[in-house]
Amino acid sequence: MDFIQQFINGLSLGSIYALIALGYTMVYGIAKMLNFAHGDVIMVGAYVLSIAAMQAGLSPVMSILFPVIVCMAACTILGVTIEKIAYKPLRNASPLAVLITAIGVSYFLQSVALLIFGSNQRKVNSVIPKFSLSLGDIHLSGEAITTLVVTVIIMICLALFINFTKVGKAMRAVSEDKGAAQLMGISVNSTISLTFAIGSFLAAIASILFVSSYGFVGPYSGAMPGIKAFVAAVLGGIGSIPGAMLGGIILGIIESMAKAYISTELADAIVFSVLIIVLLVKPTGFLGRKTITKV
Amino acid sequence: MLKRFLALAVAGTMALTMVGCGGSGEGGDAAAEGGSDVIKIGGIGPLTGDAASYGVSTKNGAEIAVEEINAAGGVEGMQLELLFEDDECDEQKSVNAYSTLMDQGINVLVGSVTSACSIAVSGESQKDGILQITPSGSAKECTATPNAFRICFTDPLQGQVMAQYITEQGLSKAAVIYNNGDEYSKGIHDAFVEKFAELGGQVVADESFTTGDVDFKTQLTKIKGSGADCLFLPFYYTEVAYVSEQAASLGLGLPMFGCDGWDGVIKQLNGDTTNIEGGTFLTPFVPTDSDEKIQAFVKAYNEKFGADPDQFAADGYDAIYAVKLAVEQTGGDLSNEALIDAMTKITLNGLTGNMTFDENGEPDKTAKVAVIENGAYTAKS
Amino acid sequence: MKNKKNIIYTAIAIVVYLLLFALVETGTASRQMQNLIVPVLVNIILAVSLNLIVGFLGELTLGHAGFMSVGAYAGCMFTVSCNLPVYIELPVAFVIGGLTAAVFGFIIGIPALRLKGDYLAIVTLGFGEIIRSILNSMDIVGGSGGLKGIEKSGNYTVAYVLMIITLIVISNVIHSCHGRSIKAIRDNVIAAESVGVNVVYYKMFAFVLSAFFAGVAGVLYGQNLGILKPATFDFNKSIEILVMVVLGGMGNIKGSIIAAVILTVLPELLRDLADYRMLFYALALIIMMLFSSNPTLVEFRQRIFSRSKREVN
Repeated sequence: MDFIQQFINGLSLGSIYALIALGYTMVYGIAKMLNFAHGDVIMVGAYVLSIAAMQAGLSPVMSILFPVIVCMAACTILGVTIEKIAYKPLRNASPLAVLITAIGVSYFLQSVALLIFGSNQRKVNSVIPKFSLSLGDIHLSGEAITTLVVTVIIMICLALFINFTKVGKAMRAVSEDKGAAQLMGISVNSTISLTFAIGSFLAAIASILFVSSYGFVGPYSGAMPGIKAFVAAVLGGIGSIPGAMLGGIILGIIESMAKAYISTELADAIVFSVLIIVLLVKPTGFLGRKTITKV
Repeated sequence: MLKRFLALAVAGTMALTMVGCGGSGEGGDAAAEGGSDVIKIGGIGPLTGDAASYGVSTKNGAEIAVEEINAAGGVEGMQLELLFEDDECDEQKSVNAYSTLMDQGINVLVGSVTSACSIAVSGESQKDGILQITPSGSAKECTATPNAFRICFTDPLQGQVMAQYITEQGLSKAAVIYNNGDEYSKGIHDAFVEKFAELGGQVVADESFTTGDVDFKTQLTKIKGSGADCLFLPFYYTEVAYVSEQAASLGLGLPMFGCDGWDGVIKQLNGDTTNIEGGTFLTPFVPTDSDEKIQAFVKAYNEKFGADPDQFAADGYDAIYAVKLAVEQTGGDLSNEALIDAMTKITLNGLTGNMTFDENGEPDKTAKVAVIENGAYTAKS
Repeated sequence: MKNKKNIIYTAIAIVVYLLLFALVETGTASRQMQNLIVPVLVNIILAVSLNLIVGFLGELTLGHAGFMSVGAYAGCMFTVSCNLPVYIELPVAFVIGGLTAAVFGFIIGIPALRLKGDYLAIVTLGFGEIIRSILNSMDIVGGSGGLKGIEKSGNYTVAYVLMIITLIVISNVIHSCHGRSIKAIRDNVIAAESVGVNVVYYKMFAFVLSAFFAGVAGVLYGQNLGILKPATFDFNKSIEILVMVVLGGMGNIKGSIIAAVILTVLPELLRDLADYRMLFYALALIIMMLFSSNPTLVEFRQRIFSRSKREVN
């Protein structure tokens, strides 16, 4: 019984990781940059959600929809703005310079949140209607079910979008070779900007489901899930959309199982050891594409 | 060749000017030592970073105390001035902050707010011999140096008192969750486990987590299957809020006990205490206490900062009053030796209880037990 | 020619030290600045040693704080448990710290042979987290409360000597045939391998040497502060060092030195901004990166720089 419950715990944790990892992997796969500020965009989204949810006098349906829409809009605008100001000027700079800038953006968002909202965590009420499934001793919360379902739907939509639309094709082309894509008449800049918009939109969804599951947000709430999701994305093969999903779920389950049956103290060490071993055996993660170096 | 040399020379001079530029401006040490009419109190604590809420609360509480004292005419004809520096909960930065404060000529140090930082700073402050009062550094070693005192309880003491209390409630199978990455939590946990076993109880589940974790379902599921009859949660209210909500969603339903870090949990939960109803914790300070002094403090804090004060704020407030009493004891003598000597002679009638200090820097005060009932803390005698 | 350069470097090293000595001993420098000397030097050692991997070998690692922490714990455990005279204890502690870190450098060098780019970055990040997690649950080194009661025997002279040694060793390595091999691997592994560079050996060499100095810096950090806490050596610490390397310019030792000085001193100078400190630090970081890496801005900067140079002439 316990085992099944622990498995479900892992699954619900993993689906959150997977959802955040999708945003990471999307941006990495196309723009080839690690957007370290992704976790912090999620944090900002959660704050926006909590403010919008305070809007009184809405019908029951609108009281859910309004905060969700505001949050999505805010995250997308924020993501695109960050991209315009901080990342676009560095389009041709070394990837490391962009990485450091992303870290700077991450610090920036954290300190702005700290200045505006203070250091205490803030309670955010779940926008997901309360329901849960219980089977004997096993509980499955509504938030967990919703997260899992939403993550799967998003994964499928993203995969379809990238593989079967014209814009998706442009994105793949940019990811393959920026210069050649430009020669083919693809606007590299706007394609990358669009990628960021989508990535930030995913961050908004992640932030809605994250705060609905855990109920609180603070200025540094985005950092840890951000790192874990980054690990998940790499585990699954960074750049690969099904990989992010798989990596997230596996990471969640490993973490849960390690805590349940080995040691809570060393759970993080175990998670990272598994990651290292997997990468040693399969250097590009579970579903990552192998890059062949030509001489 | 010449270019290389130039570059290196630039590097060198830059390094030097950076080091040197601080030197020219702030040679203010001497000024404060003489008979000035201001007592400079230095404060150190995390104002940014993960632990920011502790430092901010302490700073706010201390500010209120300073304003009160100054409005009432100061101490021995001198006004107090609080200089509070951020240490981000990093030991190196804490020592940096201490040096900055020494440059500004502080007379007394209130800090650091967290244990490890406090210990790192006391290594330096010992050399200067300055009086150091840590409001909330609860590790044993915080008062190891002769110049260091503390306002709060030590970690082991809290663990022992709670073990005693839980046993008295007729509960004998405890499940414990603690923060493995936090000394405070681990210190209470270790003492609790030892004492609880000594009293004939049994710790049936001993689980941990790390700072930054928000998912406790795994630990709670394990506890659910362990046959425990109570849950001891020695960590701060932020995580307590997560645990209480997740415990409810798993249908755990065990009575919960905690430590003084719980203070603030009701605000954290926006006043909705359904999931933590009956939770009992040890605290030196309850904001709903009917005590006149506490009510005045809560009112002033609410007016100034728009929130209820927590235990850190009360500790900060008391630390400033301890300084005031010490200065009164010496009759206005601000020398380090006199102040340190005076600390053991004062009786502080503070927000966190009546206390005296022994030579080891430990406060002698009684613990109160608070229960969360109907969305409010109730003091229990 | 070579000799002349060495003489100049030596002269600079001595002059800088004498200046530090004068500033500290006469009390001209404020307490704040005196207190910052050792952290600055520790960060210089860390940045220069990380530059060997990131800048010269061209591999991204996010686990430098991990090397630093194992070295720090090993060296400081030694001084805590042995009570030898300081002049014997301290050098031995540095060597122990360095060697322990070097062993871990060797271990983490193994995946580096197989992994590249971001995958290696995440493995090293994981490595740092594993170390921290283990240190947290090891009661023998104090667990999460940290290793306390370390004698504070590190001072600015010791730190300065260590920094000079680090600079001499690393810059000599870089200008030796080892260094040329390492740079060749960075520029093109296949080409390097085909002209007979032993890739496995040189990658390992870079990792071990870099880890060694990170370990030494760790011991120095602990000896200066008197307490070591696992939480200090987290992912953010590694990032902090990496920022110094990138900002200073990869593969540029002087740049690393300057960046380490600026980034250690800057947050302290910003203390007057109180609550806005971290905000300004973040902004400064973004702006500095834009200025040092954006092609248009770099050109703009160079134009201004060359004009002012011409005016001087």
